[in-house]
Amino acid sequence: MLATTLIVLPLAGALLVALFPLPRLATAGLAFLVALLEVGVWIVAVTRFDFDEGTLQLGTTREWVESLGISYAVGFYGFSLWLAGAAVVVGAAAAGYALFVGRERPRAYHALLLFLTGAVVATFAAQDLILFYAAFEAMLIPLYVLVGVWGGPRRTAATLTFVVYTMAGSLLMLAAVVAFGVTQGTFSLLEAGTSGNAWIFLGFAVAFAVKAPLFPFHGWLPLAYREAPVEVAAVLSAVVSKAAVYGFLRIALPVFPEPVEDLTPLLLALAAAGLVYGSVLAFRAPDLRGIVAYSSMAQMGLITLGVFAFNDLGLDGAVLQSVAHALVSASMFLLVGMVERRCVTGELALLGGMARGRPALATLLLVAGMVALAVPGSATFAGEFLIMAGAYGEGWGYAALVALGIVLAAMYVLRLISAVLHESRGAAVREEALDLRPGELALLLPLVACLLGLSAWPALVSQSSFPGDEPARALEEGLR
Amino acid sequence: MIETPRVDWLALAPTLALLGASGVALLAAVLVPAWMRRATGAASALAGFALAAVLAGVLFARSADAQPLLAESMVRDRLAALAQVVLALTGAVAVLASWAERRRDHGEYYALLAAAGAGMLFFVSAENLMTLFLGLEWFSLCLYVLCAFDPERATSLEAALKYLIVGGFGSAVLLFGSALVFGATGALGFAEIAAADAEGVFLVAGLAMLLAGLAFKVSAAPFHMWTPDVYQGAPTSVTAFMSAATKTAAFVLAFRLLATAFPEQRELWTVALAVLACSSLAWGNLAALAQEDVKRLLAYSSISHAGFLLIALAAGTERGLEALLYYLVPYSAMSLGSFAVVAARERELAAPVRLEGLAGLGWERPFYGAAMWLFMLGFAGLPFTGGLFGKLFVFTAAYDAGDWWLILVGVAATAVSLAYYLNVVRWLYMRAPELRLAPAGGSPPRDPALTAAVAACAAVTIGSFFAAEPILDLASEAAGSLPF
Repeated sequence: MLATTLIVLPLAGALLVALFPLPRLATAGLAFLVALLEVGVWIVAVTRFDFDEGTLQLGTTREWVESLGISYAVGFYGFSLWLAGAAVVVGAAAAGYALFVGRERPRAYHALLLFLTGAVVATFAAQDLILFYAAFEAMLIPLYVLVGVWGGPRRTAATLTFVVYTMAGSLLMLAAVVAFGVTQGTFSLLEAGTSGNAWIFLGFAVAFAVKAPLFPFHGWLPLAYREAPVEVAAVLSAVVSKAAVYGFLRIALPVFPEPVEDLTPLLLALAAAGLVYGSVLAFRAPDLRGIVAYSSMAQMGLITLGVFAFNDLGLDGAVLQSVAHALVSASMFLLVGMVERRCVTGELALLGGMARGRPALATLLLVAGMVALAVPGSATFAGEFLIMAGAYGEGWGYAALVALGIVLAAMYVLRLISAVLHESRGAAVREEALDLRPGELALLLPLVACLLGLSAWPALVSQSSFPGDEPARALEEGLR
Repeated sequence: MIETPRVDWLALAPTLALLGASGVALLAAVLVPAWMRRATGAASALAGFALAAVLAGVLFARSADAQPLLAESMVRDRLAALAQVVLALTGAVAVLASWAERRRDHGEYYALLAAAGAGMLFFVSAENLMTLFLGLEWFSLCLYVLCAFDPERATSLEAALKYLIVGGFGSAVLLFGSALVFGATGALGFAEIAAADAEGVFLVAGLAMLLAGLAFKVSAAPFHMWTPDVYQGAPTSVTAFMSAATKTAAFVLAFRLLATAFPEQRELWTVALAVLACSSLAWGNLAALAQEDVKRLLAYSSISHAGFLLIALAAGTERGLEALLYYLVPYSAMSLGSFAVVAARERELAAPVRLEGLAGLGWERPFYGAAMWLFMLGFAGLPFTGGLFGKLFVFTAAYDAGDWWLILVGVAATAVSLAYYLNVVRWLYMRAPELRLAPAGGSPPRDPALTAAVAACAAVTIGSFFAAEPILDLASEAAGSLPF
């Protein structure tokens, strides 16, 4: 039941915000309140969730189109509950940031942002392929408008490439869904058996690979992340990309065991290539958003590596890293937005010297950066270490590539930190540019606190994602 | 005493209700003072369509078993009744969308609209090649005149003439095909044609010409040449009605004709229809990419949707018919609704609506803008609209029938279609203010009837997503009336 509440609440909130002609601030405030309420509902869901139980929980199942075997089936497993948690937290942070900067046309903006949160949560909760497809596609609708209306100067090109890539992937998935559903006689993941058809699997895999994005399907990423409003970019990189992780964990591994086994080398190679290539691109990027965007691509490659290592360590690491990366990426994007608001630009060449006289900004950027580069003791370190250990099971070469990725991460994050905070004062940095305002601190501190909490106790996520902490067995048995 | 055939008045009631409404509207045009003609005409047409919908609903409930009608020239079954409900509701919404059109002859307009509706209701229950032709000409003649109805629109007469000539050609082909089939089988009734168990070149040629004639009506490529010009030139409210209702009528009848009269030739017509489907999808979508005029764009979009519906027809199975009937519901709503929004914008600008004429509509007229957005998403098959399930069911039927490659064609076509549907959305919401056209003559008058029509279409578009099951159940009961 709570899964449905988590889906319906933001959608109803979106309708409310869109239809009630409130003043600007009240509209944004109402949307932020709904987003906070959503976090509250999620916390209630966590307290009611029995992490020792392996079955689907907090769920609802209703027949939708009985003759074709389509049902409204939602619910959470451990890992999807954590992913949904990341989604609602990041959604609230985005709503708060939009409230703080005061976006134009607030009713439409906040309604779409809430709609996006609802669609993401629905994706993480979906247990029916049609519902999953609908939610997966539904994320696109608000994103298209959010980027296209409120985005930067090249927003038209950004939306076009984003939509073309994503839809090409998801329409292949639609064909795969039809083929799978008709062969099985049901679209419900809870009732369907496994399939050995590699073509159907590839239809799903391409859609997820575009969404993540994995190398070489990342063509939409730089433009979309650069042109989107910063909080939308945060949601995009932090949680929308995790729809791919959910797809891999819930659909690819349990439903297509044989195709996965056959294609594992290919998927691992793509993931590793994405990790290294994304890291190099991040190191070479000339602007803040470029660094965060490509680092996000690298991280998705890393997480995918953990997933397809398909052993306990790798899978635990993948889920932990997904949650940690969501929080890191959202914090980094919001920080980038705050720097951009002060300096008008994110060009590294024009920035520098912002640490002097701005202790809060410097501290928070440094802390978030340290977590992003996986300093030992952080949640990301735990995640990356687990993934590296898991990848070692597939061959020492993969583990070596993960290690290389971690080194590169340190390089690009340190480059970002020093380009913003240190060196001499950049041309775009005005002397009177303020330190973080209380409103900004109020948004960032909870995010960073979540990160530090997770760093102190990563097992909270990694040990409770799968029943009995045996992810590989749970997925092989097909998640009931 | 002369023996008369038994007449099943209930089965004819929906058609007769609309004929009656047409007569009332026509009389009103003469007898009622000028200032009341619009109200009486619209009210009688609306009442006629509403009554026809109710009567067809009753007919649906009471026609569990198919029965022949009027010396076996027609049939009373659930398929016809369901199609009649959809058609009558389409007509009712079209009446609402027509209310604020500026014209002189209101009485005649509504009389023709009701008469066209009556012809379609008659057409979908045809069980005989003669009745089929009669019904086809009946509603086509009304539509020819309706297309020419706006004397102030330079293109209106041109559109009507093109439609008349090309449509007349299509009818002639259909008639010729009927003659060949009659020559080969000696029968005109659908069931008797199948029972004659004939084969040979005349039958095949006749079947091909029948298909071509119907393809003209559903505007399937390569028989679609008239569609863009006619849709663009005709008065927009007429286009709205025509785009939705003609497809419903012609597709339902085509399915009945093929499944009852030509089950033996299945191998032939499934392949022919699959080819037509592919060419419609390709042509409609690619040509739509290049359109600047919104009505033309929607016309090409309707050609591409004919392609999707043809996929369902090509499946030729019970599931195909269910998918087709389901698809027609959201499609009719989206088509009517989008043309209605165009009509509203046209009145506001007092000029044909090109894409740049939509600039800023989304912010200036939030309701129309959001509705148009919804219809575009629905056409593209995105979630929260019946368009998604329409495509899904069609693909499911195709996969079930073994035409898995048609799914890939449909998927590719959908991907292309996104480019122009989202382009409309971009014009609605994402254009810089200096590009917006100032509405001619200040703020437009309120048009509650059209707003209600758009709201109804939006409600059906969304409702058919959430309530897919009840609609599909009705469709499956209707599909049970054909032999599979």
